[in-house]
Amino acid sequence: MSQEADLKISEFLDICEEVCPMSFILTKKKLDSLEDGQVLEVLCQAGESLRSISIQMKDEGHLIKSVKREDENHFRIQILKGGGEG
Amino acid sequence: MSKAKDVKKVKVTVDHHLEEGVLRKVTVDADIEGKNEKGKIDFAALRSGGFIKQRQKDKFTVRLKCPGGRMSIDKLKVAAQAAEKYGDKFVHFSVRQSLEIPTVDYRNFDGIMQMLETVEQGIASCGPRVRVPTACGGCEYNPNGITDTQRMAQESTDRFFGARTNHKFKISWSGCPHDCIKTAGADLGFQGGVYPVWDEPKCTGCTICASACQEDAIHAHPETGKPIFDAEQCIYCDDCVRACPTLAWQEGKKGHIVRIGGKAGRHPLLATIVAQFVSDEEAHTIIDTTIKWYQNAGKGKGRTRLGVILREEGMMDSYMKTLEEAIGPEKLVSNPPVPQKIVIHPQRNPL
Ligand code: SF4
Ligand code: SF4
Ligand code: SF4
Repeated sequence: MSQEADLKISEFLDICEEVCPMSFILTKKKLDSLEDGQVLEVLCQAGESLRSISIQMKDEGHLIKSVKREDENHFRIQILKGGGEG
Repeated sequence: MSKAKDVKKVKVTVDHHLEEGVLRKVTVDADIEGKNEKGKIDFAALRSGGFIKQRQKDKFTVRLKCPGGRMSIDKLKVAAQAAEKYGDKFVHFSVRQSLEIPTVDYRNFDGIMQMLETVEQGIASCGPRVRVPTACGGCEYNPNGITDTQRMAQESTDRFFGARTNHKFKISWSGCPHDCIKTAGADLGFQGGVYPVWDEPKCTGCTICASACQEDAIHAHPETGKPIFDAEQCIYCDDCVRACPTLAWQEGKKGHIVRIGGKAGRHPLLATIVAQFVSDEEAHTIIDTTIKWYQNAGKGKGRTRLGVILREEGMMDSYMKTLEEAIGPEKLVSNPPVPQKIVIHPQRNPL
């Protein structure tokens, strides 16, 4: 279901226990600490969390490179900093 | 100075259960411009209202015109100064987004209006006429926003505010299906919507859209991860389009979903959808058409809301016919139900 599984991950963040707006702020802060072209991997809950992160990262000009289902309720998303159109 | 010169003519309009056309002249004693001499004020029938009688003797709430609940900083500052000078120690935000300055003595109407005029801050309306349109933040800065509700609120204020109707007439603009401004309870409501279209070659099967859709309108194919779309479940929220990382989901039809005949109050009605994905200009045409239809259909019916008239035999058909003449048939909903009652004793009062 996912693409390019072998990206080099620079940072990892678990936001499974977070809700809006902290999930976004933490992700953003982590991305701020990276250079363009580096990849952040985020572990989040399915549903609202995955939905918001996908939309927000796109709005902020990053690219979601891959999404992997971890288990029934969790997803692993790889975000390429500055890789989007925004 | 002669006495006559001190008496400054102050024209104020008061609409507290005063019907327009009933020219009731009430002459009162008034202190003019801080002088201790007495003057006269004529309460003529009003043009647009906005001065609302309070329970306290001589005191009125002055309701300011704030389309879409937006106010520039310079206007806000002057409003604050005006409230400080003529009002009490507070202001109040009306449920329909107007800043209100309570407890203004009617003898100060002229003073407060002159002050507000320096920043071109207008007075809102009350009574049987088109009220100031309300709106959410919309696509200008709200992440969910699909339509430019703020611009539409301003434009519809410029074009239709104050028009005389049978009863109050409330227009509202929501940017997306969250409907934060509650178009479902407006006489005429517009809510942004997008019909998503899928471009298969761009899709990588990442499944984000299936996860992003909160309406069960998208399921991920068990093998490919690609979306299986169920249009019947879709509420046009645009989440899939905004979440899709590869632009495989794109905006197809886009515009305003039109709701009509809603109201709150003692006998609430839920507005009914009559058209979908109309353009900004079509939205204005619909407002114009609806006001005219209402004025016509309401003849002789006194203070009756639009939704109540639409529930009368044959009226919904008549309205839809008029709407079709105005914007053509393509975007109309066929045979929409009449606005639905929300009742307190459902057993005794059928919907
Ligand atoms: S209706 Fe939509 S665009 Fe408007 S404030 Fe609510 S979520 Fe935002
Ligand atoms: S527009 Fe909204 S409801 Fe319709 S498929 Fe996309 S996410 Fe689901
Ligand atoms: S989000 Fe886009 S790329 Fe991913 S499965 Fe849906 S349509 Fe395909």
